[in-house]
Amino acid sequence: MCATCGCSSNHSKAQDHHHHAGNVHNSSERTIIDVEKDILYENNMLAQRNRGYFDAKNILCLNLVSSPGSGKTSLLEKTLLDLKSEFPFFVIEGDQQTSNDADRIHATGTKVTQINTGKGCHLDAHMIIHALQGLKPSENAVLFIENVGNLVCPAMFDLGENERVVIMSVTEGDDKPLKYPDMFASSSLCIINKIDLLPYVPFDIEKAKENALKVNPELKIIELSCTAETGLTHWYEWLKSKVIKPEFE
Amino acid sequence: MHELSIVMSILDIAKSEALKANASQINEIELEIGTLSGIDMDSFNFAWREAIRGTILENSNRIVFRPQGKASCLGCDQSFDLVNRFDPCPFCNSHFINIIQGKELKVKALVVN
Repeated sequence: MCATCGCSSNHSKAQDHHHHAGNVHNSSERTIIDVEKDILYENNMLAQRNRGYFDAKNILCLNLVSSPGSGKTSLLEKTLLDLKSEFPFFVIEGDQQTSNDADRIHATGTKVTQINTGKGCHLDAHMIIHALQGLKPSENAVLFIENVGNLVCPAMFDLGENERVVIMSVTEGDDKPLKYPDMFASSSLCIINKIDLLPYVPFDIEKAKENALKVNPELKIIELSCTAETGLTHWYEWLKSKVIKPEFE
Repeated sequence: MHELSIVMSILDIAKSEALKANASQINEIELEIGTLSGIDMDSFNFAWREAIRGTILENSNRIVFRPQGKASCLGCDQSFDLVNRFDPCPFCNSHFINIIQGKELKVKALVVN
């Protein structure tokens, strides 16, 4: 039931009495404006602008999303150290407070900028524009955006990325993809981290993969352990396959 | 949590449209929030009540259309109601589905003075 006027929730288009030939219709002193605007249109517009910027500079941009504690930052640190000589890397870090994650990335020798969202629970395209203005990533770079640890809100906000990577760990539940379907549906890769802990947790990895594929049958899944250094080559291969080679090199 | 961001975006759209139409007051605002749009209505209503105070939407009548989730199956071509994003096609059990309704999140119209 509609919270304001008590109408039923089954409004069909036929009941919409605001259809008019033009955009604006005057009737005595009241004017009806057909807006038909997507609420996220501004974010989506800015995201497209980011996309254009990345295309122009041949930058591969990845949006890393997960709940807090899945191992995003550790995986990023390891990746940056292992592949240091192969690509120019840049990182945008998102957290409510502190520059702790940016400090860790900085220690790997990678250029990084930290966005603190304060009370905010997700990064949006506007924040990325400002971060890019400061970071100035070079051409043919790989840019990682480590989003705020949150499996709900970041799903709705396009940042202009080429790929969205959702990271979950075996210390979370194997029904995670069902509980947070929007995030798994909007990602192209799912990394299952901390597989070295499988003997100690009730996590059913086959079930987790099955659940993820229910939400997104096209999802690519990679299992690895950042700390035990297993499965990382699959991640690196996937990453390299996504890097767009410049035309003349 | 993100419902507040959504309400603020609605407010921005309303202000901008009202300005374009030279209106001083918004009598009514029509929103379309699909059941699969990821919006929790309790959080949305809470955020709405707080965020519209002292704004052009403070005394507006709010109408919310809630398009129900619908999908079409890429396997057997049938259409069906979709309650959960991860539900399979009830006819052939495939998970390869295309969501055709329910993800709407828009400001449909304003009635202004």
